[in-house]
Amino acid sequence: MTPHDPKPSKPPKPSKPAATSKPDPSGVAGTSAAAKGGGRKGSAGTRATAEEMASRQRDISVSEFFAKNRHLLGFDNPRKALLTSVKEAVDNALDACEEGGILPDITVVIEDLQPDRPASAKSSRYRVTVVDNGPGIVRKQVENIFGRLLYGSKFHRLKMSRGQQGIGISAAGMYGLITTGRPMVIHTRPSTRAAAHHIELAMNTKTNRAEVTVDIETPDFPPQRLRDLTPGTRAIEEMLSEDCYRTGTSVSIEMEGRYQRGRGSVDEFLELTAIANPHARITWVAPTREASVEDELLPVKAQSASSASPAASPVETTEVSGVVIFPRGVEELPAEPMEIQPHPKGIELGTLLQMVKDYAATEKGGTLFQFLQDRFCRVSATTAASMCKAAGVTSRTRARDVEAPEVERLFTSFENIRLGPPPTDCLAPIGVRQLLAGMLKGVRAEFYAASSRDPSIYRGRPFQIEAAIAFGGDLPADDSARVIRFANRVPLLFQQSACSSYKAVAETSWKNYGLQQPRGGGPVGPLVVMIHMASVWVPFTSESKEAIADYDEIRKEMRLALMECGRKLGSYLKRRQRMRREGERRDVFERYIGEISRSLHGLVGADPKKVYESLLRQARSRTAVADDVLDEDGKVVRQEPDDIEGVMVVDRTPDIAPRAAGGRPDTRPAKPSDDGDLFDGVGK
Amino acid sequence: MATKKTTAIGGKQASKAERDRKTLAKIVDMAGGVASTALQGAEPTLQVPSRTRTNTLWNKKRGILQMGDACQERQLFNLGQAKGFMQSLLHSESIKSLIEAQKTLSLRGMFYKGLHTVAGTKEKTFTDQSESDGILEDLEVSLSALREELHIFAKKAGTIVGNITLIDSGDEIDCRHMGSGGYAIPSIVEPDVIQFKKCEAKFILHVEKNTVWSRFNEDRFWEKHNCILTEGGGQPPRGVRRMLRRLHEELKLPVYCLLDCDPWGHYIYSVLKQGSISLAFESERLAIPDAKFLGIRARDYVDCELSDDVQIALTDTDIKRAKEIMGYPWFADHKGWQREIAGLLKNGFKMEVESLITKDISYVTEQYVPERLKKKDWLE
Repeated sequence: MTPHDPKPSKPPKPSKPAATSKPDPSGVAGTSAAAKGGGRKGSAGTRATAEEMASRQRDISVSEFFAKNRHLLGFDNPRKALLTSVKEAVDNALDACEEGGILPDITVVIEDLQPDRPASAKSSRYRVTVVDNGPGIVRKQVENIFGRLLYGSKFHRLKMSRGQQGIGISAAGMYGLITTGRPMVIHTRPSTRAAAHHIELAMNTKTNRAEVTVDIETPDFPPQRLRDLTPGTRAIEEMLSEDCYRTGTSVSIEMEGRYQRGRGSVDEFLELTAIANPHARITWVAPTREASVEDELLPVKAQSASSASPAASPVETTEVSGVVIFPRGVEELPAEPMEIQPHPKGIELGTLLQMVKDYAATEKGGTLFQFLQDRFCRVSATTAASMCKAAGVTSRTRARDVEAPEVERLFTSFENIRLGPPPTDCLAPIGVRQLLAGMLKGVRAEFYAASSRDPSIYRGRPFQIEAAIAFGGDLPADDSARVIRFANRVPLLFQQSACSSYKAVAETSWKNYGLQQPRGGGPVGPLVVMIHMASVWVPFTSESKEAIADYDEIRKEMRLALMECGRKLGSYLKRRQRMRREGERRDVFERYIGEISRSLHGLVGADPKKVYESLLRQARSRTAVADDVLDEDGKVVRQEPDDIEGVMVVDRTPDIAPRAAGGRPDTRPAKPSDDGDLFDGVGK
Repeated sequence: MATKKTTAIGGKQASKAERDRKTLAKIVDMAGGVASTALQGAEPTLQVPSRTRTNTLWNKKRGILQMGDACQERQLFNLGQAKGFMQSLLHSESIKSLIEAQKTLSLRGMFYKGLHTVAGTKEKTFTDQSESDGILEDLEVSLSALREELHIFAKKAGTIVGNITLIDSGDEIDCRHMGSGGYAIPSIVEPDVIQFKKCEAKFILHVEKNTVWSRFNEDRFWEKHNCILTEGGGQPPRGVRRMLRRLHEELKLPVYCLLDCDPWGHYIYSVLKQGSISLAFESERLAIPDAKFLGIRARDYVDCELSDDVQIALTDTDIKRAKEIMGYPWFADHKGWQREIAGLLKNGFKMEVESLITKDISYVTEQYVPERLKKKDWLE
């Protein structure tokens, strides 16, 4: 983001009448008033003086820049703006809960504030509210967190987290302010012993500072108003209960938006978030009506329709009168990722220069030798010494005395020196068991497999790839497989084909695993493929964080993870095929056994019933494989007998799997004692 | 069976009843084995001697094909054999009831007797007659009983005419007065059904098919040359082969064959002479190792000065078949036959017996056959 962007593509207030009233030639260029002005002056021959130019040159605040370039951050249209706001708020909420060591309980409410608008309207006014049970925010930080772009705890460190730049929630607030003029409303309760803060703040785009309009204390947290919102919210007892939300934060933003289900919707985002965050419980209250466009049913919806009783399954998503609950699938938080120092191999020269300068400023008299060991990972005293030597300085040279050419030589030495890979304890992968639990609650399939790769390195940054697949069941059989992508547990909803993960899916040869695959595309079949990349720094292709950049190292790991899942699927499909074949064999035998016993009766007077039963017993035992699944009466989830790790098979046969509460103890993967029934080798 | 019998035949009937008892015992024995195995909880199987080329042995000394000892096990719990297993039992049951009722059925009748829909399915017990015929042949070998002992016969195919009087089921048949159609050789010609009463004929001329046979019959060839004239409708069925064999063996009549000059004709000769692979178990009572091949010979095209028009080009299958026949062990070390088949291949065309008609309508009956017989010009 250069401050001197020559053509801000759209003015903040796209005054359409003004644009159309302009004469024709300007309509052609139609992009920027500033550029046009300059051009006209150039052609007229009256050039600006340096002074005149200087008078126009000034700082561009980041907020101002955003106001003009909101599409870069994911606010291109009303529908996406709604999604992005929810996404940023939920990401923050999850991060906050995890850092505070609290199992996340998150409620997302979108209210339609102008229900009288015709359904055909392009957009409507909504209030997005996201409530979490995180540690809350201390009063003095509220303005900084919600009122400033590029302010946050996450940008300056190498630590795995959902947000990175600190743009998200404040950008959402600014979007709301721009489109409705309404401030952001924040309720936060950092302590159980104190009252909550009610703060309303509007952002000044010129100063990049928030202006607080309301600042009062209130006992109302979590907000009672939301609990009474709809018949659905009133019906659910644990809805925003004070027990769950003892501390926490609630953010409300009013904005111009468009609520419509389907691909790239809030529904899909929450569904996928629930898959990647099985430790979180998410309650979702959607607006009562949707913009009038054909409704593409999501798996969640199909599923909630099919599960008649609200008490269906503890791990599957439920819907009660408009309120969707994505339940918690596992009861433990992901491991807290460690923060790491940068690795010399993953750094650029400019960054290195800045780091040296910063170090010199903070550590008076610190040596370069010291600097190398303190500010990088995997640099020992010996390595630091040889780096200093390569840079042409001694181990006692102070950082502030180091000149640019020496830094450049130092930088070159980074390239040539042998170093251990960065530590990987900074990564908190979802884990095979959690992946399976997440997929189980989000996707109604018959077969689930997951795999977690060992950590690897790109550009000196550690990352880890996990993949999971769900196959069969209610998934559509003739469509291309759905690919769901995650980066640091955040679903990526757009720009699929630009994403490294999608390329990895297309590159994997699914035919080897018994699936169809058109040339150059992903597999076709009742399949959902999930890819998760965990890293201290996920290389997105753009600031709106929609696709993972295509690094060879990353794509290779993805492919390997997919292949591992694919192999499991392949052997399952083979097994299933064998079962079917055995079933057919049994059919054949059983068909003829009756004839045979009758003939034997006619021939030698043998008791036809006895002969029949004896032969039937034999036929059954000879084709026992066909029974493998059917015999497990009442068990919905059962262990794959072939000792495959990270695999789960769910019997979706309706008449065999009555949803009796007593028969389902092994569907609750959270209980460690039941793990053996559900997953094998999960520990790895 | 028939009600009016001569006293001579009455004696045979006793032995027939004896044979029926034996056959029944064999069937019950087999079925009892299956039932008891099934009740013991083990997999029931049927032993079927295998009717394959590899299990067919060439008995050079006796000049016939014989079946080896190899057996195939027909298993119930084998996807490819389960149906055959069931069909074998179905047919066994039918045969048992036939014997008990003292009735016989044709192969087609057996197909219908066993035919019904398998309970609880839409599948029929037999898809077509050939499936049923195969099962019956398997039953013959596994019970080591002849088809007639199982009370089954095939449709009539083959005709006889000539200086002989037969008794068929008590009825006297004078083969000298059979008009233009001749007497149809029954499927079962065992001594208890057919007896030879009076025979003046000195030899048998067997021709390939009915058309040629009619030519000979119309020209009263059998009268002029004092012989028996038979025809087997191409590949002769068992009834015809058994009849020829009995005439040859019991009345010491030599058998001469007039067949087409093509691999099919050669194969018919081979079957008449040595027996066939699928019925190797019956060679003992069907094969005529002394049978002689009169023609048509490959060289006849030149010898008889036939026109180009009679040539029928050999197809690829013909060539393949001819080479296969050349390799049969009973032809392999027979120089005459090696030359004959090589001649056919060299000609590159086939000739039917009818091709001789191009010379003259009665050329075959008045010149060709009599001359060959006189010159003893044949292949053995």
